[in-house]
Amino acid sequence: MTCLLELSNISKSFAHVRVLERVDFDVRAGEVHALMGENGAGKSTLIKIVAGVIAPSGGEMRIDGEAVRFSSPKEANARGIATVYQEMLLFPDLTVAENIFLGHAPRGPFGAIDWSAMRSKARALLDSLDSHDLDVDTVVGTLSVANRQRVEIAKALSQDARIVIMDEPTAALAETDAKRLLDIVRRLRDRGVGIIYVSHRMAEIFAIADRITVLRDGMMIGTRNRGDVDQPTLVSMMVGRDIAQLYPKVDVEPGEVLLEARDVCCGDRVSHANLHVRAGEIVGVAGLIGAGRTELALTLFGITPATSGEIRIDGKPVTIASPREARDLGIAYIPEDRGRQGLVKAETIAQNIVHPILDRISRWFFVNLRTERSLAAQSIKQLSIRTWGGEQIAGQLSGGNQQKVVVAKWLGTKPRILIMDEPTRGIDVGAKAEIYALMGKLAQEGIGILMISSELPEILGMSDRIMVMNEGKLVAEIPRAVATLESVGAAMTNVDRHQETER
Amino acid sequence: MSHSPTLAPQPSPAAAFLRFVRAYGQETAVLVALLVIVVAVSLINPNYLGPTNINNIVAGNAYVAVAAIGMTMIILLGHIDVAVGALIGVLASIAGTLAVNGYPIWIAWLVPILVGVCVEAIIGVLVAYARIPAIVVTLGIVSILKGGLITVTQGVWISNLPPDFLIAQFRLFGIPSPVYFMVGLTIAAGLWMRYAPFGRAIYAVGGNVEAARTVGIRPERLTVGVFALHGMFAGIAAVLFGTQLQVIQSTVPNNLELTIITASVIGGVSIVGGRGTVFGSTLAAIFFSAVSSALVFLNISAYWLRAVLGLLILATVLADAMRRRQFH
Repeated sequence: MTCLLELSNISKSFAHVRVLERVDFDVRAGEVHALMGENGAGKSTLIKIVAGVIAPSGGEMRIDGEAVRFSSPKEANARGIATVYQEMLLFPDLTVAENIFLGHAPRGPFGAIDWSAMRSKARALLDSLDSHDLDVDTVVGTLSVANRQRVEIAKALSQDARIVIMDEPTAALAETDAKRLLDIVRRLRDRGVGIIYVSHRMAEIFAIADRITVLRDGMMIGTRNRGDVDQPTLVSMMVGRDIAQLYPKVDVEPGEVLLEARDVCCGDRVSHANLHVRAGEIVGVAGLIGAGRTELALTLFGITPATSGEIRIDGKPVTIASPREARDLGIAYIPEDRGRQGLVKAETIAQNIVHPILDRISRWFFVNLRTERSLAAQSIKQLSIRTWGGEQIAGQLSGGNQQKVVVAKWLGTKPRILIMDEPTRGIDVGAKAEIYALMGKLAQEGIGILMISSELPEILGMSDRIMVMNEGKLVAEIPRAVATLESVGAAMTNVDRHQETER
Repeated sequence: MSHSPTLAPQPSPAAAFLRFVRAYGQETAVLVALLVIVVAVSLINPNYLGPTNINNIVAGNAYVAVAAIGMTMIILLGHIDVAVGALIGVLASIAGTLAVNGYPIWIAWLVPILVGVCVEAIIGVLVAYARIPAIVVTLGIVSILKGGLITVTQGVWISNLPPDFLIAQFRLFGIPSPVYFMVGLTIAAGLWMRYAPFGRAIYAVGGNVEAARTVGIRPERLTVGVFALHGMFAGIAAVLFGTQLQVIQSTVPNNLELTIITASVIGGVSIVGGRGTVFGSTLAAIFFSAVSSALVFLNISAYWLRAVLGLLILATVLADAMRRRQFH
């Protein structure tokens, strides 16, 4: 079979950091080639190189056997490479047809845009994607995510794309839409388009991919045919070691129930959530993006207070209407997005660490500087934050160390219940291991931990119990002993999807 | 001390000094620039350092420094107030009108401050809760204040002010009272912002609203509070401004808000919020009047002043943009 696209020995460094190291990758006509790997493995970088967004530092790229070098996405486009981005790059105020043909609209005499030709071509493209329900004159801003994605795909096809890159296309989709998308992908494949498909969803990968390539820490670990590989093998290729090694789970005998939610609702984003966390227990919350996990955490922490239902602390009903009230009840929340919600980067480590307890360490309207300094020094030591001291500006630290500052800041409130939202997103393996070790230690000290994560291996490796969220509801509770990638994954995606992916 | 591998050894005094200069780089730069100007101009024209002129430089512009304290807090939060010049004009007229109409002196001093607090609190509510950008709100307020002032006073100057009312002309140990106000308020506000929880919260909200919210700070409430506080400083500035001379011109001082904003920005406040101190803005206000006085002593057209300051603003903002890259 011929290779449409061949990458050999591709390397890429940013400043002094090697992001890709001698990666080989190819795409054939009429195949779906899946690209897998943990966050930070180099998938996005590889995709951006293919799409012409960034140039590789070394290596060679060939299309139809001919060496190419892109200096802009436009050049990649001209060679038939189109990308359907995670974040949609459409113009919300233009119509479907205008978006599809933006930049290459059919022209009439005198170079004017031939509107009727544009509309009928757009119609034909959408029909070929089995999207007869999508009107070409609709303004894109009013469309659902799934429909916008179809517009993006039509846009790719309108440029005669022969290679389509899809970066987590189903991440934000509901089940039926995801299913339809997979149908569209199959159609593209049957037309001879080569597809690079990035996804975290195992079931999906096995349903659609012909070949699977795994990246880890910027290195290519291997390429396998779908038939020659099973899920555990893929996971160990991605993680690079046995799950047990990476996740030093400490067995703690769970104590009293600390936090209990009964039928807690928050608007339509969290519906009738029932869960409890015991002292010394780590409860994992799994689910797809948009399943309502973060919303659940925000509700328990009082940022978006519950609209109905009951929250109990130590068996006593409480109302949590603000983060301050949550803090005073012994709850701490380590947010999902460090940069957005976690740190004030322009301030020092010490200043950040005392943020949640400014009122507690103040006397006569002034912050007790001695307490601040000793708390900072203690945190730096306890979490091995790599810095020259508490007076260092937080924004100058590496991602992992910034995360440790966020953790330190919340441990400073002396919480009994710790909610961690994606505690290891975007940090390196070493820092991850330290965070996991810390979680084990905190559990031993009797803190109850509610851990939200999108990384299934992390969920499986660290949790005593796993709660699965799906469309705002907690749909399953799986004890550690019986939890597997399959059982948790099946609960995350609903039954419909499960059947579909098995065909 | 324990020898933890993660802790750096105790910094030497030289390193501590360097670190201070890095952390307060802009403040240091303004101070150095001020000294350079003073030394250079006094070498050319020794009268520049005469007591009268020093007084002019430091006391004459003290009200700008006082207003810049509040402005610094507003800019720290990521907002702006272009109405403060007009507000100071109006508040000074209110003070003068009360004084000539026989109200007790302390009423004439206090009322403008309270009115300033109220007006700015309303602006704060519109900005924080109605979520209208501060520039839009304050542009609207400017028109209201300017129009209202002219309509009410018909542009007539207020004269015959009672001598007791003219607080800016009082002296203690030979130093005019505005200097005490400027220094005292700057130190108080500076320490308060550095060490009080509320002051820390200003930096937190300016640096990262969402992070501030998760630690239990209520950014909306804080914003209204800071605007009100800014109104208080504007009120004090108005009293100092209105009592400098024997008369109060019932017009809005030209470009005063720009002068105040300039002082804050040159003093090192990051225009996107989160960084800067009032020590910097006060130094910058003095620097500002030192430069304009220097132009007089060097016989250079005053029109150059604006141009020079414009260049300084651009340079400062550029420096800020470059520094910000370190943190993001």
